[in-house]
Parts: sequence; structure tokens; C-alpha cells
Amino acid sequence: MTETRTRIVWDYAPAPESPDHVRLRDSYGLFIGGEFVDPLDGTRVASINPATEEVVAEVAFAGAQDVSRAVQAARSAQPGWAALTGLERGKYLFRIARLIQERARELAIVESMDGGKPVRESRDVDVPLAAAHFFHYAGWADKLSYGVGGRSVEPLGVAAQIVPWNFPLLMAAWKLAPALACGNTAVLKPAETTPVTALLLAEICQEAELPEGVVSIIPGDGATGAALVREPDIDKVAFTGSTSVGKNIQAALAGRGVSLTLELGGKSANVVFEDAALDQAVEGIVNGIFFNQGHVCCAGSRLLIQESVADAVVAKLWERMGRLRVGDPLDKNTDVGAINSREQLERIEELVESGEGEGAVRRTVACELPSRGFWFAPTIFTDVAPAHRIAVEEIFGPVVSVMTFRTQAEAIEKANNSAYGLAAGIWTDKGSKAFEVASALQAGVVWQNTYNHFDPSAAFGGYKESGFGREGGPAGLRPYLRVVP
Amino acid sequence: MLGKRSIKTTAKQQGIKLAVSMLDLTTLEGADTPGKVRHLCAKAVCPAPTMPEIPSCAAVCVYPSLIGVVREALEGTGVHAASVATAFPSGQASLEVKLRDTEEAVAAGAEEIDMVISREAFLAGDDTRVMEEIVRVKEACGDAHLKVIIETAELGSYDHVRHASMLSMEAGADFVKTSTGKAASGATPGVTLVMLEAIRDYMDRSGRAVGMKAAGGVSTSKAALHRLVLVKETLGDEWLTPDRFRIGASSLLNDLLMQYQKTQTGRYARPEDFSKE
Repeated sequence: MTETRTRIVWDYAPAPESPDHVRLRDSYGLFIGGEFVDPLDGTRVASINPATEEVVAEVAFAGAQDVSRAVQAARSAQPGWAALTGLERGKYLFRIARLIQERARELAIVESMDGGKPVRESRDVDVPLAAAHFFHYAGWADKLSYGVGGRSVEPLGVAAQIVPWNFPLLMAAWKLAPALACGNTAVLKPAETTPVTALLLAEICQEAELPEGVVSIIPGDGATGAALVREPDIDKVAFTGSTSVGKNIQAALAGRGVSLTLELGGKSANVVFEDAALDQAVEGIVNGIFFNQGHVCCAGSRLLIQESVADAVVAKLWERMGRLRVGDPLDKNTDVGAINSREQLERIEELVESGEGEGAVRRTVACELPSRGFWFAPTIFTDVAPAHRIAVEEIFGPVVSVMTFRTQAEAIEKANNSAYGLAAGIWTDKGSKAFEVASALQAGVVWQNTYNHFDPSAAFGGYKESGFGREGGPAGLRPYLRVVP
Repeated sequence: MLGKRSIKTTAKQQGIKLAVSMLDLTTLEGADTPGKVRHLCAKAVCPAPTMPEIPSCAAVCVYPSLIGVVREALEGTGVHAASVATAFPSGQASLEVKLRDTEEAVAAGAEEIDMVISREAFLAGDDTRVMEEIVRVKEACGDAHLKVIIETAELGSYDHVRHASMLSMEAGADFVKTSTGKAASGATPGVTLVMLEAIRDYMDRSGRAVGMKAAGGVSTSKAALHRLVLVKETLGDEWLTPDRFRIGASSLLNDLLMQYQKTQTGRYARPEDFSKE
């Protein structure tokens, strides 16, 4: 092996998913009563591709009258929908699930165009999971009482559902599937910056011949959402989004007899013990914080590492971060895509600056970022004190704050030292330790030796300021049912 | 994440050329004859006469009895003569026999020795004997490069794969190699990744760069390219050279050639477009 041959250089060629076959309309109306209609008192707003700042489509935003119209449509459709047998409702849900699968490629590409997430994720996570949720709850539709210990149940009525911009289609599926399975009708408000896939889902509802008014989809901003939760004729509000908005909603519903579930923010702890498989843990840390650019409510944004292995883990993590591919969300080899909006980018930048100001050590991967669009390179903070803002507040971006601990007790104490309690990760090869720590953590979901792992049969939801109520599995039926005495 | 890289167009062409250049073209059968081995050597030197841009393979790997034929056929070509040794594939023989096996192969012209570890000692927990054997075989190799086969399929867990890789490197292996090709499984993505990570950690600790050879089960271009993805994103571009990464295979080469020709002509080639050996 002494002679030198010509060195063959090997890099990945661009592998963009082509959007050519995607047929988006130039403009979308509101989906009310089974058809797309023009807004009565709403506006029309362009939805922007955050990777290019180009317009994806123009979308109608609902005004106050439009919101009332959608709620009325849901109200008139509800008795008929609830009167169907569970088996019949299930058939519609199965049909929606299959149509999502049929249009999977299109949905994945549009999700990446509208929201900036890598197409590998929308293709392999968002869209298949959305279909899986409809499949899962289609199966529950004729077995509802088995989900609540054999009691008789009835639907709540009209559900007002507000979803965030980080998983637009998937969150719509999380909300709609259990609501419909239980015999409720729904008015769904997608997020301001990412309404387009929800409108494709509206098309799918039409294709599935879902009875008129069972699902209405009305894009809009915060004002639309505020009007929706203040509608007198709703029976249920399900909200996923920020803790501050969640608190407003809860205040607005006080004393009205409207059922509420909230899935709010998080500052989830990802705890790495010295006996963990460290390389596996590093992959899990990367998946925990850089998945979807860190726009994940349960992101493992507080990384707690046992002091004895902290330097080794941080070194491995930093090297791994350097190999992440940041850029065009439609390229199949992209690991980290665009930040969802200018507003979110500014929030990330502000918090990162505060981290530097408070004395934490910042390292950001040096990578070329596209000149247009909203981008933030993967970033790690070490020497973070638990009191720093970056250790306390949700950044919702590709930024991980590293802290250390010495003992198991200290790890639990630090992990629970948060206003939030959505999720946590534990990395150890010792089973007894994993179970002991998991039961001591105040978090709705605890992952062991994995992170950001979702399944429609597993309940998801929070403790403390991360909200209440569960989505997914049989537990996800309960928020949409009244148990009959 | 790494299992899903999309390798298209120019990346596919370059990746295929790179994979060919890393190939240890192998035949390890009782029916091997000098004639067959000479044909294989010709193929390794010039894999596709119609596509001169395709580089030579890295080495031809045979049993010790045929290494003289290989050495003669490859003289001056830059393709290396590699021999398995140490009671390949089971390693169930005394150390004296293994050393003699190695010395004979080297004397007959082997530039690279692929030895097997004693799984019998490893699984019984006798790390000392495993290392001792490697150290002694390495001495017997002289200037020949030593690849240490840990036979992952027989080790039973990723922990064992990592541990055996570390022992081999500590004992002086120039390469760690997954498999003999005679066991139930070979260089799966999982064991390949674990061994690459072990090499990286050993490099960080000792400063010595050890190579890796993925052998067994890598029979398609797609599988080969995905092994290269693992190398690129674990150890980096410095390992994307035949000096640091090899693929041991027999049927892979023609699949690489067929896939390469497809990138040129847009049509899938027929198997009979390329010689078997």
C-alpha cells in the first residue's frame, strides 16, 4: 500500500425531490360545510416557503363571521355523524387514511415547501404517522367503550381544534382522527404560517365523501383562533401550541362548561448516564434536538450528561453536528432544513444572544447557508447554568443547552427543575436505573435509549405547564367522550 | 438517517468507482484452481475493458496455496496479493499451525494477510489469548499488512463486536475486518457502524489510524454505496481510500459495473455483458 493512486473524491450530488407533479391551486378558500368557500369577512394571505421566501399558495384566512359559519356547519352535521354506527364512521376514517397514503409524496413535498422541514422527515415521519393516526382511530370507532373500561359513552359535540406550525398535517391528524372516531364534528384551525397541507387534507375529506360539515378547516392567525374558542356553540377545545396562548384559552373558557385539552411547550431533559452506549446516545441527542430544526414541543433541548462522560459526549456530539447537512429542505439528503418563519428565527437569535450574554459557551456549526430564506445552523451551548434563560425557556430551534450532573438523584432533581413537563429521555444500558429514573421524572413521555419516537397507539401529553389531556392510543379517546353514568 | 442517503447521478458514478478501487476481489472455494485465480487477477487489474475509467481493484484475496499464482499474475500492476491464513475460516487450530500458515503465505508472496481471531477464546472470555495470537501473527507477517477478521456473526452482540475490534487494534491490527464470508451474516450496516465508531475512538485515543474491511453480504451496488456513506459520515473523507477501507466480495464487482454502465447509457446492462471472472 505504498504506491499512490489517483484519489477518488466522493461527495453527494444534489438529490432534490421534484415538486413538478404537485398541483397546488393558486388560491384556497375556507373549507366549510364540505366545500371551499370565499371568506365573508376574512382576508387572503400568501403562505411563504421559508427556504426561498417564495409564495406557495394564497390562502383565505377566516374572519369572525366565517368562524361562526364553520361552527354552525359542524353543529348541524353533528347529530347525523354521531348517529352513524361506529363501524360506518370508521370506514370514513379508513378512507381518509388510505387517501393520505395515496397522496403521500405530494403531501410530503408540500409540507416541506410550506414549512421548511427536510423532505426526508415529512416523507418518513409526518405523512406516514398522519395516516397511521387515522388508521388507528378508525379501528377504535366501533370499540369506544372498550377504551374507557366498558362504560357507555357519547360524543361531546362540536370540537374546536387549533394546531401549531411545526407538524401541520400530523397535528391535524392527531386532532381530527380521535374527534371523528368518537362521533364529534370538528372545526380545525391550521397555523398561520403553514396552512396548505391542512387544505389538501380538506380535499381528501371531499374525496372520501365525508358528510358535509363533519370537518371544517379554516386557516387564520391568532385572532381567528381567539374567535373560535369564544364561539358559544362549541363543546370542546383542543389546542396545541405555546403555553402563553394556552393560558389565554383556559381563561376564556372558564365557567363555560367547555371541555379542554392543552398540549403546550416544553424544555425536555435528555439525560445521559455514564453507562449509556454513548454513540447511540449521540444519535439520540441529534434526533432529539435537530429533528425538524428543533421545532418540536418535546425536543430534548436540555441535555443533562453525567460529568464523568460529559467531555466525551460533547466531543462526539460536536463532531456529529459537523456532519449534519443543512440546506434545501427538498433535497433528500438534507438533515436540517429552514426555520419556519422570520419571526421564529428572530426569537431563536434573541435567545441565543442571551445565552452568550449570560456567559454560556456557544458553538455553532460552520456551514454554508442559503442566501434567501430563514436559516439557523445547529448550535450547542456548554457551561450552561440552570438559571440561564437558555436552560429555562423554550427556544424551539436547533439549539441544545448542555448541563452536567454527578449522581442519579441530581439528574432527577435537575430534570424536574422546570416549569414544563412534556417529555424526557434516559440513556443507560442498565434497566433498573432506567425504570427508577423514569418513574421519578415529571414528564408525560419518557423515552429510554431513543428519542422523538412516536406511535399512534402511545399516549402523548404533558405535566405542569406543558398542558393536560392525552393524545394517541385509547387515552386519546377520553378527551372526546362523555362517559354516561 | 445514514441508511437513507440518496446517491444519484455523479455521486453514484464516483461512488461506484471508489467502491471498485476498494474491492478485495475474493475467491475462497475448495474448487479454486490456478486457472480460475489467474482469470480473477486479470479482472481485478482491468475490471471492464470497455470502460477504461473504472479503476483497478485493491487486491485479490485467496487461500495460501494459491497466493503464488496471484503474486505472479499481479506483478507490477499495483493490485495487491492477499491471503487468508490462521486456519481460516474457523481458526480452530494451535497457534503454531496458525503461525506456520501465515509464514508460508508471506513467503509465497502475500502482501496482505487476512487472519481470523480465535472466537473460541474470545467467547470464553480469554482476551489475553486473543490478543497474544494477533501479536504473534503480526510478527509473522513481517512487512505484510494484517487484517484481523473478528467474524461478527459469531460474536452475538454489538458490545462484543466493539470489544473484539478494540482488542484487535490494541494488538496491532492494520485493518479490522467483519467476516470470513463463511458465516450466516456479514458486514451488516449495524456491525459496520459499530466497528467504524470503534476505529474512530481508537484513533482519538492512540493517534493510530486503523482501516476497516467490510466483507460478507455486500453484494449489490446499493449496499456498497451505503457502507461508504457510513464511512464518510463516521470517520470522514480521510477514510474513503483503499488504504483505509476495503470491501471484500466476489459477486459485487459485476453489479457495480452494471450499475455504472446504466449511469452512462441509461439502460440496464445484461449480466453476460461482463465476464464472471
